[in-house]
Amino acid sequence: MAKGITVIDKERCKGCGLCISACPFGVLGFSDEHNSSGYNVATAVAPEQCTGCTICAQICPDVAIEVYRKEKAESKEAA
Amino acid sequence: MSPAETTIPQGYGKVFSRPQSLSDAPTTYCPGCLHGVATRLIAEVIDELGIKDRTVGIAPVGCAVFLYRFYNLDFVQASHGRACAVATGLKRANSDLMVFSYQGDGDLAAIGTAETVHAANRGENFTVVFINNQIYGMTGGEMAPTTLPGQRTTTTPRGRDVASTGYPLRISEMLAQLDGPRYITRQSLHDAPHIAKSRKALLTAFSNQLEGKGFSMVELVAACPTNFKMSPDKANKWLVEQALPAYPLGDLKVKE
Ligand SMILES: Cc1ncc(C[n+]2csc(CCOP(=O)(O)OP(=O)(O)O)c2C)c(N)n1
Ligand code: SF4
Ligand code: SF4
Ligand code: SF4
Ligand SMILES: [Mg+2]
Repeated sequence: MAKGITVIDKERCKGCGLCISACPFGVLGFSDEHNSSGYNVATAVAPEQCTGCTICAQICPDVAIEVYRKEKAESKEAA
Repeated sequence: MSPAETTIPQGYGKVFSRPQSLSDAPTTYCPGCLHGVATRLIAEVIDELGIKDRTVGIAPVGCAVFLYRFYNLDFVQASHGRACAVATGLKRANSDLMVFSYQGDGDLAAIGTAETVHAANRGENFTVVFINNQIYGMTGGEMAPTTLPGQRTTTTPRGRDVASTGYPLRISEMLAQLDGPRYITRQSLHDAPHIAKSRKALLTAFSNQLEGKGFSMVELVAACPTNFKMSPDKANKWLVEQALPAYPLGDLKVKE
């Protein structure tokens, strides 16, 4: 399981692409979907690479991204 | 997928979500506009300081004109440029309020220069958030006092000619000369490390007000992808290469 999980609120996303170029691990990309405003929304195309660093969420002007990170004790167990 | 519909596996903790002081309303900013980042950072700082119930924002005229919709806070809508005068009245009438204005460069550095300079000079105890995107965004991309030499805008189609229109107005440097202000800083919103610094500056500016220390202004350098006619990524790159040399980052005044 990846260290991090991003959840993108499709209806909030305006398809600006800033999160896609900001992610240092190439996790994000454009999906095939458009939301009800017509924006081509971002999605995790390589979710297994996500570290939960929150960089994508920091840059998202529409605060459309939630980030979850594996808790410490859990990651030790998994390791 | 909306966050509510998503199941997160056990063992994961939430490390980033929308601040409480933000409302559910979508912003009216264009895709990729850094106004959105500034708007969120202020909400985070208000949450962190636990001042949501006593904060009053002052919305400007400009692309942030609907700012009052984006927060779960009380707001006053000022006429163009007058936010510092409105803030002065609010804070002097009720010093328990936490008052902040949010103003663009057309608003604060053109039509509202007088209000801004005198509020700073009086050392009024409120917080100013100044979004310098080097343009009049809302009205269609006209030249602002902060527009760079040679920068093309709808009113300077051949590029800003300093001989007839003057030079980029460095408001933060100007205000830092005054004895009145407590804290004047310029930060940028183009990437995550700079966003973190901007957040810290906003926290200082709001904390100063809480402690009764007087006038604080955080200038945030931003871009306007729509009127620059660039993708958001390209506009941010332009910001770094063109705007930041004219608007150097850092604290310009920190009065102990
Ligand atoms: C008294 C008055 N004069 C002029 C205008 C027109 N006007 C609306 S917004 C604006 C400038 C907006 O630029 P800025 O403050 O930089 O905000 P931005 O949209 O770039 O965030 C102007 C001149 C107005 N609404 N009211
Ligand atoms: S949290 Fe970090 S690694 Fe995960 S998608 Fe966002 S930027 Fe990429
Ligand atoms: S930064 Fe936000 S609005 Fe822009 S594409 Fe990513 S999720 Fe969508
Ligand atoms: S016009 Fe420019 S400043 Fe205004 S919302 Fe659009 S990108 Fe942002
Ligand atoms: Mg502007």
